[in-house]
Amino acid sequence: MSVTGGRIQQTGGASSSSHTERKRANTNSQPSNGHEQLAGNGCDHQGPNQEHRSQRVDGSKTKALPTPIPDPPILYTKLFINNDWHESCSGRKIPVYNPTTGELLCEVEEADSEDVDEAVRSARAAFQMGSPWRSMDASDRGRLLNRLADLVERDRLLLATLEALDCGKVFLMAYFVDLMATIKTLRYYGGWADKIHGKTIPVDGEYFTYTRHEPIGVCGQIIPWNFPVMMFVWKIAPALCCGNTVVIKPAEQTPLSALHMAALIKEAGFPPGVVNVVPGYGETAGCAISHHMDIDKVAFTGSTDVGKLIQKAAGESNLKRVTLELGGKNPNIVFADCDLEYAVEQAHSGLFFNQGQCCLAGSRVFVEEPVYEEFVRLSVERAKSKVLGNPLLPGVDQGPQIDQKQFDKIMELIESGKREGATLECGGSMWGQQGLFIQPTVFSNVTDDMLIAKEEIFGPVQQIMCFRSISEVIQRANATHYGLVAGVFTNDINKALTVSSALQAGIVWVNCYNAMSAQCPFGGFKMSGNGRELGKYALQEYTEVKAVTIKISQKNS
Amino acid sequence: MSVTGGRIQQTGGASSSSHTERKRANTNSQPSNGHEQQAGNGCDHQGPNQEHRSQRVDGSKTKALPTPIPDPPILYTKLFINNDWHESCSGRKIPVYNPTTGELLCEVEEADSEDVDEAVRSARAAFQMGSPWRSMDASDRGRLLNRLADLVERDRLLLATLEALDCGKVFLMAYFVDLMATIKTLRYYGGWADKIHGKTIPVDGEYFTYTRHEPIGVCGQIIPWNFPVMMFVWKIAPALCCGNTVVIKPAEQTPLSALHMAALIKEAGFPPGVVNVVPGYGETAGCAISHHMDIDKVAFTGSTDVGKLIQKAAGESNLKRVTLELGGKNPNIVFADCDLEHAVEQAHSGLFFNQGQCCLAGSRVFVEEPVYEEFVRLSVERAKSKVLGNPLLPGVDQGPQIDQKQFDKIMELIESGKREGATLECGGSMWGQQGLFIQPTVFSNVTDDMLIAKEEIFGPVQQIMCFRSISEVIQRANATHYGLAAGVFTNDINKALTVSSALQAGIVWVNCYNAMSAQCPFGGFKMSGNGRELGKYALQEYTEVKAVTIKISQKNS
Repeated sequence: MSVTGGRIQQTGGASSSSHTERKRANTNSQPSNGHEQLAGNGCDHQGPNQEHRSQRVDGSKTKALPTPIPDPPILYTKLFINNDWHESCSGRKIPVYNPTTGELLCEVEEADSEDVDEAVRSARAAFQMGSPWRSMDASDRGRLLNRLADLVERDRLLLATLEALDCGKVFLMAYFVDLMATIKTLRYYGGWADKIHGKTIPVDGEYFTYTRHEPIGVCGQIIPWNFPVMMFVWKIAPALCCGNTVVIKPAEQTPLSALHMAALIKEAGFPPGVVNVVPGYGETAGCAISHHMDIDKVAFTGSTDVGKLIQKAAGESNLKRVTLELGGKNPNIVFADCDLEYAVEQAHSGLFFNQGQCCLAGSRVFVEEPVYEEFVRLSVERAKSKVLGNPLLPGVDQGPQIDQKQFDKIMELIESGKREGATLECGGSMWGQQGLFIQPTVFSNVTDDMLIAKEEIFGPVQQIMCFRSISEVIQRANATHYGLVAGVFTNDINKALTVSSALQAGIVWVNCYNAMSAQCPFGGFKMSGNGRELGKYALQEYTEVKAVTIKISQKNS
Repeated sequence: MSVTGGRIQQTGGASSSSHTERKRANTNSQPSNGHEQQAGNGCDHQGPNQEHRSQRVDGSKTKALPTPIPDPPILYTKLFINNDWHESCSGRKIPVYNPTTGELLCEVEEADSEDVDEAVRSARAAFQMGSPWRSMDASDRGRLLNRLADLVERDRLLLATLEALDCGKVFLMAYFVDLMATIKTLRYYGGWADKIHGKTIPVDGEYFTYTRHEPIGVCGQIIPWNFPVMMFVWKIAPALCCGNTVVIKPAEQTPLSALHMAALIKEAGFPPGVVNVVPGYGETAGCAISHHMDIDKVAFTGSTDVGKLIQKAAGESNLKRVTLELGGKNPNIVFADCDLEHAVEQAHSGLFFNQGQCCLAGSRVFVEEPVYEEFVRLSVERAKSKVLGNPLLPGVDQGPQIDQKQFDKIMELIESGKREGATLECGGSMWGQQGLFIQPTVFSNVTDDMLIAKEEIFGPVQQIMCFRSISEVIQRANATHYGLAAGVFTNDINKALTVSSALQAGIVWVNCYNAMSAQCPFGGFKMSGNGRELGKYALQEYTEVKAVTIKISQKNS
């Protein structure tokens, strides 16, 4: 069975002709090691590092790759509260920029604490006993989520285009990864809605005991700018599946897809107040959510520093439940016995995916000594093959960073790497005349005490370290406050199981990286957060367990 | 089948002869409504409100009730770290008093932050990869917990005596409730140890995914003074069952049973460092635990105010996982159609159990109007029947409050009830010449805005309110920041299911109160805490989910 769809990297490189050094490799840059060939089965997968095939129409023909909608209309720029569009109380607006060009896309109403209060009142009313939402069959909640998935499929091109415009994402990545994950996550939790089971429990004594897994109530959700629509759905889907109501704040940089989703939520038929979308800044709207006395649960994805503030705010206010998905400085461990070219490719995309703007980024690549130099050489070759440019154009596989602040932070960390003595193998500078592009950068001879080995960079900067023994690499991989994900490349089952058990990380990938799936729980150990998203595990983060014990006259086993 | 064991209240009232008004009713004070009679099956149950029968030797004979050990030796007064006894770094000691007499029982080493550091180092070493504890079979962890249960059974009289001396608990209550729960909880989690299952997950793509539910690491546990040995085991048993290591701080008022447990832990054969016991004060040792950078999880039982500090401390330090069991102002709703005498008795013990020093105390009794006056009359009669005195003496069923601070707070709240216009039906003053006794107190005509209807009193003070409709009582019952437990008395299945679903509480008891069991999850909604203890649910509070995804060459369903 052969892969019939074209790979993204095979769609040409016309837009990158000004950047000749990267042109060649992009047209056929991925090593072929047989894994993908065998795996081709015509289905789309949502992992960012999986094959992005177009769907086959029949056994031999393929559809053309999707293309962005030219100059898409930006229909929704207001606050979405109680299924209506509102202007902000303050009258303030957020300017929304295209990071590729720096141009203003539109202005969006800016929510502050008064608007958050209004959204919470709406969400609280929708959660009242006897409301349409509280008295709805769980299976109907599932139908609504599936209907929302249908609408996202309908508007998939538009949403992917908005992501590329607003976030600087490579359009095809947005289409095949972000939107695929969005749709699959909605359907996955649509299926769970009427399968959230309590237990009956054989307690001691003459009692009958059962548990109900009840919705928690009003959930405040704060999401980042790196996967705007996917994060939106990772947050709302389990919350709604369990019967909660939501006040969600998209990042100020990337509110457009969230507002479009709001319109789809209304169109799908969710009752008013069930989902409220309040674009705003962290220090104002985010702070109002995390300190709110009538929000029962807060879920946050973002930096560890802000995560700590969210946790504190829960203690300072009403002890709302807190789940956090925070930063990572993720180890990716490559043993000498592995399929090296494959590992190079996985480590490359495991870091450079989404311009390196991933909490999952494998930013500490530990390579076993015998293959270290070869690994570095191939990684540099691969990094140099990347095509930078306007992410809406075909053939481009790296867009701009999200904003000046992130850009400056990344450049500073690159400078620190040079200063502290790491070997700059390629990149290391900005790219192009406009926008916020950074050359794909590879550092070798990185030691664990360097800033670039300790700080989350959130940019296209790969650190490659050398290791000699399994115990050494376990110790070094774990020597961080973070614990989000990790990768291991080896064909030795003992190494794979020993290392995957020993790594302090919420996800360990063996012979793969970034292999995400709606069914698989996601979340960190240590200061990478707490709680899990996705999978069945997320349901327990959105339910409150109530035990009901009823006196009976006699036990009857 | 008849109940063959004697009830506690039937064992006489000799010690209370100085307190004549309460003597009569105690000898046969519980109404008999047939429920308990039918339920008698010879087994001990751990709920505080269940029948406390002595175990039958055969079908007709009964054993005598247990009696306290006279002048029990206090063998353990030092810090327990790494299976050794240590003096505190500061040299300071905690004076430990008998609240019944005010006399000094002993002095115990006082842990401060340096000692906590030492305990954490010991717990961390015990948690290292390759340690005896980390490489032990899960079934052997279960055996150790069962062996510890055996040792607690062996020392049950001594431990119950220590509880009565140190905490002022009625000895038979300590023996039958606290120690029974302690033993059952150990055995319950002993059984779970090798049944903590991860999942295999059908993810999209050519991958094999499984989850491991790994121990979190070093758990800091901070427990209160009201159920010293039971809380100790509620905390350590699930933690150890899942493979964690523990640094536990008993309350400064009641360290004696925890230190005896430490000796039993060593005797049972737990490896050094797995459990470390550090008596100390909240502001010093407790603060050190909650802020510690090398403690991975903190579990706290205590007041909501301190719970908020614990939550904040996690945000200020290392984002350790937090579970909290906090205060309650628990509604107990009595409908007119219920078995009124049974409801009176359950509401009585649901409030007065353990001198009212329970987070579960049903301190807002809502009674439906048609039976309100009768309910009040019977409740007052029942309260007046209580026998106060030395909790080591037979026949006594109410001991002293724990300390002067609590005593003063309760007396102040009683004064506020009088001042705010509630009707003082009985009690309302201190009792006796020495010690910290408070008369069983009943207020009727309590309105929701009174302090005694809003604040957790943690003393023998019962508030009885009147209600007229089901929607009214649901609204009033939920109109609090707390949400721990609730009771409902009715024989109408629609009322029972409507109200139990609508109440915002982690446990709802129908036609019973305080019916606890190791199998049943326990924990609060809203500001009564987060997370669950007991039952299978507690396991998820002591495990960190790791998803491992392995690349495979082809899917094979």
